[in-house]
This record gives sequence, structure tokens and C-alpha cells, in this order.
Amino acid sequence: MEVLNSLLVGPLRDIVSAPVFFAEVVVGGLMAGVMYSMVALGFVLIFKASEVFNFAQGAMVLFAALTLVGFMERGVPVGLALLAAAAVMVALAVAIERVMLRPLVNQPPLTLLMATIGLTFFLEGFGQLLWGSNVKELDVGIPDRTFDVGGMLLNQFDLVAAAVAAVMVALLAVLAQKTTLGRALRAVADDHEAAMAVGVPLKTIWVTVWSAAGIVALVAGIMWGAKSGVQFSLSLIALKALPVLILGGPHLDSGRHRRRSHHRRGGKNRRSLLGAAGRGGHRELVRLRAGDGLSAI
Amino acid sequence: MSPQPLLQVNNIEVVYDHVILVLKGVSLHVPEGGIVTLLGANGAGKTTTLKAISNLLRAERGEVTKGTIEYRGERIEHLDSSTLVRRGIVQVMEGRRPFGHLTCEENLLVGAYTRRDGRAAVQRDLEMVYSYFPRLAERRHVKAGYVSGGEQQMLVIGRALMARPRLILLDEPSMGLAPQLVKEIFEIVWRLNKEEGVSFLLAEQNATMALRIADYGYVLENGRVVLDGDAATLRENEDVKEFYLGLSAAGRRSYRDVKHYKRRKRWLA
Repeated sequence: MEVLNSLLVGPLRDIVSAPVFFAEVVVGGLMAGVMYSMVALGFVLIFKASEVFNFAQGAMVLFAALTLVGFMERGVPVGLALLAAAAVMVALAVAIERVMLRPLVNQPPLTLLMATIGLTFFLEGFGQLLWGSNVKELDVGIPDRTFDVGGMLLNQFDLVAAAVAAVMVALLAVLAQKTTLGRALRAVADDHEAAMAVGVPLKTIWVTVWSAAGIVALVAGIMWGAKSGVQFSLSLIALKALPVLILGGPHLDSGRHRRRSHHRRGGKNRRSLLGAAGRGGHRELVRLRAGDGLSAI
Repeated sequence: MSPQPLLQVNNIEVVYDHVILVLKGVSLHVPEGGIVTLLGANGAGKTTTLKAISNLLRAERGEVTKGTIEYRGERIEHLDSSTLVRRGIVQVMEGRRPFGHLTCEENLLVGAYTRRDGRAAVQRDLEMVYSYFPRLAERRHVKAGYVSGGEQQMLVIGRALMARPRLILLDEPSMGLAPQLVKEIFEIVWRLNKEEGVSFLLAEQNATMALRIADYGYVLENGRVVLDGDAATLRENEDVKEFYLGLSAAGRRSYRDVKHYKRRKRWLA
């Protein structure tokens, strides 16, 4: 009884007695979620367009932040350093397409997942080799003061982060829904062989998507780096972002539809003599877990 | 047949995974403005032939190891599928495959991805596709995953048309559709050929329908062309009648009288 009371009744009583504090906690929680959502966005982008679960998204965040700080430490002004870091992420995307994705076309998702795990180790090592492994401070001039709104303490930095995340989501949504490139990107996500058949060049699409994910990683790296310093643990944030990714905005229809279309494709794969073993099964598994939650954009 | 065919496949061999020999020397021609059909049972190599032409084989670890493929007199084996679409060859893959999460109209617009001749031209072709497939116009804002099988088949043919192709490689449009719909779709293919001048290479199991609209046909068995000829000649060929059209000398056969032995084929497979 004591236990039940403290579990079920106590919190409610606290909420009623201190509504402002409650609101502050809720807002604080949402703000923390927003920070994670910036990392999750990178996952979604790549998963949507290439069905690859990019294990390396966190490492990309670390790598982007390290690159930015590295440039800034060498005296490059902030604006220029940002552009340079973005350019490095685009170059990285081109390299990833060449070296990693192209030889693995049409391989089962698990193979690609393995490749991204390899990429994680590479980026973590390479980034620290280039720029050193010390914890670094990143200051891009975002104010970090708290202020009072109706008794609630809000952090200005968190608000900026929320605004940045909102702008990014809006930009990507417009890109995906309204542009020719976005349409092609969604087509590739649905069925990349059919997209190839109508002339969508997978190479361009992949480079674009990985570049976009790289730039999203850079933004996430800036926000996280400014908040908690640029350090190795940035790479691990990605794993905490996973729940955000899986819960994020499923369309009610997508689950049923995806499953149906994939049974059919699985059948075809079996017939084509190639890579038949295990393909259908693993594919379904990965898809049902992640796919249904990934229709956020 | 015109002196230089639109598409000429010369004695190609296709190997999957470096070991599985699927096509053992297939040659065929598609004349400009013609409909040529490729008949054959499951696993005969129809789809592989089409994918060899559209260069979608590599994604399945297939490879053209011998022979040449020429399109308007130019070798095209080394061109990637995107370039081929730009040059005018589009494949409509077996089993429909629309982009399920995109609306019908978006599907059609993706088909125009390689076009560089401006929005107005694309819009005109969109209307052209809708005029051939009025049902798609009604469904334009519905997600393609939710339209019926027949509509999906129309959609993927329409999507291919949006690239303004000269040659469509059409893989089993009849698969899994009601006979009435199959008839409707074949009629539209025929009209597209006559009115828009699009040539077709049509892989089919439904030989009756295919030979009705085609000018010329090839019969594929075990990765080889075993017979070819004008559609009319093929329709009258006793073996084709027996094995592909389900007719015997005595006309349509009842299953009650099925014999336990088969007529022997007159060709070597």
C-alpha cells in the first residue's frame, strides 16, 4: 500500500502542488528529446533512401564536430570553418558511396549494417587521428543563459536547439515532398531497382542522401559539442537516439503496406537464384522493427 | 524489317554469380516501331534477356559475358541504366512494382526524372498518359500501394512512358491480372505502338495475347531461342499451338481427354 501510494498517488499530488515545476520538467524533457532528434534525423534520412540502418551516424556526428573544432583551432573563422566542415562531410559521402555502397548494391540489409559498423570504427579512429583525441570546447556563439518564464526556468541554448531542429525538419520535409530530387529519393526508398529501371541514378541519390546526413550530423555535432564538449562520447549519443528514431511518427498505413509489398519482393528474390538464403527473413525483421517507425519524413 | 533495327541483340551469354549460365547465345532484333514478343515458360530467360538490355543485371550479380547489344547501331552493354533511359530504353519490370508510398501522379513524375526538356513538356506527357489510362487520372492523388493490380500495371507502363522512350522492355504485363484487364492493357500497348510510335519488346507467358498484338516473336527455352518468326507464322506453328497456345490439332482440348504422353517438340531445347 505504501509502495502503491508513493508510486501512483504521490507524483500526482506533487504535480498538483507544484504545477510550474512540473511544466519545467516536461519542457526540459522535450528539449532534451529535441537534441536527440537531431541525431535521429540523420538515421531517418539514410534509412528512408537506402534501407541502410546507418550505425555510423553517431560517429559521423563526432567526426563532423571534430573537423569543425579542428579547423577553428587552427584559426579559421567560424563561418569558414562551418563551410569547410560541410565540404568535408560531402566529400566523405562521395567516398562512402564509392568505396562502401557501390560494391554492395543489392546485398541484404544486414551486410550493409555490418559495413556501417566498420565505418563507425574507421570514422572514430580517423577523426581522432586527424584532430587529436582530447576533449575540446566548441563555442559557436550560441548564448547559454537561463531565464524565467512565468516561474519556469528555461535555457536559451535549448530554445535555439529546438528552433534549429525545427528548421532542419521543415527543410528536409520540403526537400522530400516538393522537389524532383526528393521524389526520386522516396522512390528509391520504396523500390530501388524499379527506380533504377526508370532512370533514377542511384549513385547521385546516395551521394545526396549521405551528404545530407553528413550535414545533419554536423549540425547535431555543433549543438551537442557546444552543450557537452567535443569528445568521444558524442559517438555514443546515436544509440540513445534510437528510441526517438523508432517511435518517431509512424504513418498508420505504412506498416501494412510495406509488409505486403515486401512479401512480393521476397518471392521474386528467391526466384532469382541469388543471395536467396536468409534474405527474405532478415529483411522482414529489420523492416518491421525499424521500417514502421521511420516514416517520419 | 528496316535495314538497321532499333535494337539488335547478338548471341549474348549471361552468367549469374560467375557460375550460373542463364542465357546461352540469344539473338534478336526489334525493328523501329515494331512489337516483338519473347515467349517462354518460367526460367526460360525472358526477364534475364530484358535485364541484359536495360543493364539491370549487375545489381543481381549477372553479367553479359559474350555477344553484343546494339541500339541504333551503337554498342550499349557498358552504359548504365540511367543513361539508357535517357537514350530511350526503359524497362517495365515484372510484377508491377509501383512506388507504393508515392501517389500515382508522383510515380509518373519520377518516370520523368531523366527529362531535361522542361516542366511544360512533362506536363503534356502527363496528360497524354492520363488520356491513355483514364483510370489513373481518377486515382492521381491516391498512393500507388492502394490502387488495384490492374491500375498498378497501367501506372508502371505510364511511368515508363513519362521518360519519352523509343523502346519499352515490357516484362509480363499480364501477370496476375484478370483476363478482361489483360485484354485492356494489351489494347493500350498496341495503341501506344501505333499512335505514339513506341517500339516494344514484350516478354510474355500469355502467348495468345502476345501473338495477337506482336509483329514478330521469339520462343525462348532454357536460355536459347528455339524458334522465331512472324506472329502469324508462330500462331500457326503446331508446336507453338500445342505448348504455348494450349491448342491441339483437334482444337481446344478438354482436360478429360489429356493423354499421358506429350507431343514431341520439333526443336531441340
